[in-house]
Amino acid sequence: MSEPHAARSPALPLLIIAAIVATIVVLFVWAAGWIGPSRVSGGTVANALQYNAGLHRGYRRAHAKGMCIAGGFEANGAGTTLSKADVFRTGRSMAIGRFSTGGGNPLANDGRNVFHAMALRIISPNGQEWRTAMDHTAIFPVADVKSFVAQQIATQPDPKTGKPDPALLTAYLAKHPETKRFMDYMKTIPLPNSFANGTYHSINAFRFIDAAGRTRLVRWKMVPEDKLVALDKSKLATLPKNYLFDEFIQRLKAGPVRWHLIVTLANPGDVTDNATIQWTGPHRQIDVGTLTIDRWAPEETGDCRDFNYDPTVLPPGIAVSDDPLLSARSAVYSTSYTRRAQEGSGPSAIGAQFGISGKKQ
Amino acid sequence: MTTRHHFHPVIRVLHWLMAALILAMLFIGVAMVSTAGPAYHSLIGLHRPIGIALLVLVSIRLAVRLKTGAPALPADLPPLMVAGAKASHVLLYLSIIVMPLIGWGMLSAAGYPVVLVKGIVLPPILPHDIALYAVLRVAHTVIAVLFFALILGHLAAGLFHALVRRDGVFEAIWRNR
Repeated sequence: MSEPHAARSPALPLLIIAAIVATIVVLFVWAAGWIGPSRVSGGTVANALQYNAGLHRGYRRAHAKGMCIAGGFEANGAGTTLSKADVFRTGRSMAIGRFSTGGGNPLANDGRNVFHAMALRIISPNGQEWRTAMDHTAIFPVADVKSFVAQQIATQPDPKTGKPDPALLTAYLAKHPETKRFMDYMKTIPLPNSFANGTYHSINAFRFIDAAGRTRLVRWKMVPEDKLVALDKSKLATLPKNYLFDEFIQRLKAGPVRWHLIVTLANPGDVTDNATIQWTGPHRQIDVGTLTIDRWAPEETGDCRDFNYDPTVLPPGIAVSDDPLLSARSAVYSTSYTRRAQEGSGPSAIGAQFGISGKKQ
Repeated sequence: MTTRHHFHPVIRVLHWLMAALILAMLFIGVAMVSTAGPAYHSLIGLHRPIGIALLVLVSIRLAVRLKTGAPALPADLPPLMVAGAKASHVLLYLSIIVMPLIGWGMLSAAGYPVVLVKGIVLPPILPHDIALYAVLRVAHTVIAVLFFALILGHLAAGLFHALVRRDGVFEAIWRNR
């Protein structure tokens, strides 16, 4: 072989090249989850939700029915001892968000949707943004995303009867005492008769980091100034279709509605990575400021619909905890957002009531 | 030295550094959308800063590349391979530039704060528009897959030069001669 381009058989080098390329392709396909053990993705959960609730194109896969709210958060400065986030410095941040009821049906009857939720973007004067999606329940029915999918499958409507198969639910609950606990909890807690008098919980634990770098595990809740009045749970089916939303719109005419943001510090031994477990007994609680909601708008004209209230969008001074549900919520909300973005937004129940077209302003 | 046989050292270092980062980004990208487990949050926290780092690196590389040029291809390279080499390099550069811009743009269009790392938020480069997000989100995936195919072709061609043709083309990016 005297010449540099001498004709050696290229078979072996070509085989090596093919093997290298094929190896990278196989690794890529494995990383993407197309081969290997099946994974629960945001899409898996979105599929389960839209199977159970029916596919409502252009809407959130959960908490589909909602309306926009806006106002401000007035910090009293007490939160600065816990977190360096600007939002806790004495002063006013912008607050804009969404009231919603649970479930994937955007036109559902308010009496049938027993989950009331408040989602907010709180934006401090220097532009730090804090997103939170809170429920009126202090705990969640499952601790992780695999259980959530199992719960959805156990409650999916049977194609023949249109109703869930009780045997499936019984089998699921036998393996998931935390969901049974949640169902018992739901029976005991009152269902607020207004968005204005509900308490909204962070559900998951989070980390607050102060200016010195000290980290504390916390949960938070928005506690209303309005006195809680409960709905009669036996008469939910007779409520007007948009009862909760109409009531809040009327309530705002009487003046702004206020909540206090109460931060609860974890005691040593509190479970901070499992949203199914309540923190019981005495806890240090700090009132860090007041949320004032003084405006509302239907989703068509308000500035709330086209945002994803991903609870992992946090300012410096607030961080996620080790609760695996936070990453799951982030992934699922993102999938839901992408799907409805691609489908195009549909009209909202509240907008339709006010004769507002489905197009954004 | 009348004929250069190798790329400028800055190009060579950036080539291999960016090759590693780009492959990592493609793997992180497909892995993060495949899971709703704790890895989702960690991976997306890597995806954004590496993407922006690549945007910075490609800007430097493109400037050096335009200033210092590339060594000539072997005279005996068939015209089809020459055309393929030139076109694929243009497409590779385009992909490296466009992918982070689409990522940044789609987060802007979705109204997310574009958090580079905790405490550093980039300004939006597009207005908040969910329909625009929808288009960019699809483009991000489609171009990523095409980009991955292009990289595999680029790798196979490079190895073909190194192992079969042994014509010095691979050495031009590999070492100083």
